[in-house]
Amino acid sequence: MSIEQRPRRCGGWLERLIQHARVRSPWLLHFDCGSCNGCDIEVLACLTPLYDVERFGIVNVGNPLHADLLLVTGTVNRRNARVLANLYRQMAAPKKVVAIGACGLSGGIFREADNVIGGIDRIIPVDCYVPGCPPRPEAIIDGVMRVLERFGTGHPKEDVAKGKGIP
Amino acid sequence: MSDLILRGVAGLLAGPLLGGLTSGLDRILTARLQARQGPPLQQPYYDVVKLLAKELVVVNAWQAFCVYSHLFATVLAVVLFALQADLLLILFTEAVGAVFLVMGAMASTSPYSQIGAHRELLQILVYEPLLFLVAIGIYLETGSFRLTAVFQWPVPLITQLPLLFGVLCLVLVIKLRKSPFDLSAATHAHQELVRGLFTDFSGPLLGLIEIAHWYETVLMLAFCGLFWAGGLLPMTTLALAAVMGVILMDNATARLNWRWLLGYGWLAGMTLSLINLIWHFRGAG
Ligand code: SF4
Repeated sequence: MSIEQRPRRCGGWLERLIQHARVRSPWLLHFDCGSCNGCDIEVLACLTPLYDVERFGIVNVGNPLHADLLLVTGTVNRRNARVLANLYRQMAAPKKVVAIGACGLSGGIFREADNVIGGIDRIIPVDCYVPGCPPRPEAIIDGVMRVLERFGTGHPKEDVAKGKGIP
Repeated sequence: MSDLILRGVAGLLAGPLLGGLTSGLDRILTARLQARQGPPLQQPYYDVVKLLAKELVVVNAWQAFCVYSHLFATVLAVVLFALQADLLLILFTEAVGAVFLVMGAMASTSPYSQIGAHRELLQILVYEPLLFLVAIGIYLETGSFRLTAVFQWPVPLITQLPLLFGVLCLVLVIKLRKSPFDLSAATHAHQELVRGLFTDFSGPLLGLIEIAHWYETVLMLAFCGLFWAGGLLPMTTLALAAVMGVILMDNATARLNWRWLLGYGWLAGMTLSLINLIWHFRGAG
């Protein structure tokens, strides 16, 4: 049983500590959902010594079970919608999603293609949209920091927005 | 009696305090070596608190049982060390803890987890004999496996057993999950295979494993300190020097595959220990 699942009677300090820890230690999972790779290169640039996101405790993990944030670049199409939903479902609550780039927001220049469903919010709930084609690393870091403010102290289950059209 | 209780409590506290700080220091130093700024010193504590507060996802009950046993055995080993118990008893307790982690990873059917578990077993296979050789060396020198006797030994062990200290540093690299021997689970978060062992552990269980890793770190560093057991200051100095060496090694080397691990680990470890032991026997005889 995790700390959060116990009834809330430990006073405010424990919850404040947990929220502080969540904000200071986001582990992110990056999923290329059919992007042209422009956005992916910018996401990876955030991890280089120049931007060094480990300053904020951000670590890039390859396992949805360990991740707190899901960074998605690119459009959703009929093939990868299932994969995206699966990754989202495998993450342990509380979890947040950041959509990156014009493609991730709305489908971008691929919007009209007939295999493209659109932005990733058509499949999973998105907490922060980072516009740009591709967005600069600073913008991506800003988006991640903003989404961190939305980590509540509540029950992990309550922190999960309802999935929309999860296939 | 009250002295014993005090020591036990000190052992219990040493894990989270010293282990966590060592881990934080490691992350900062590694970042600086890579021309980055790195996270704050208290980052490992943030990580663990966050993990403990996450949703609990378990694949099956065995997994949770194995993690609890792993943590219990590791904590017990550190407490036994603080109580200055028998060296062999501490080593066996530590080995049981290590094996429980492997069993936890094997309890899941994920292929990454399975491969990670096998690699971890190989690592245990490499370092356990070396650890026992170190213990035997200490026994030959001091005439006892009991830590009370080792602590009262007048000359620093490192002057008598320098090569065995080198072997212990080799074990330290494997135990702290550092390059070139971080096959089963690298400390810094990486992708699938090199995080293999932890693939199916998540949230609170991963947090407990991290806490157990702090205790393991403290135990191994205490072992290093044993080689200059003339008080707290020399012990800490020696342990810190060992940690610095390991961090440098981690950043300067690439990951080896398991054949190299077996080859290098055993060849270097066994040769160094045997040379030291034979030389020591001749000196004594
Ligand atoms: S937003 Fe631009 S850079 Fe990013 S994936 Fe789409 S087309 Fe490529």
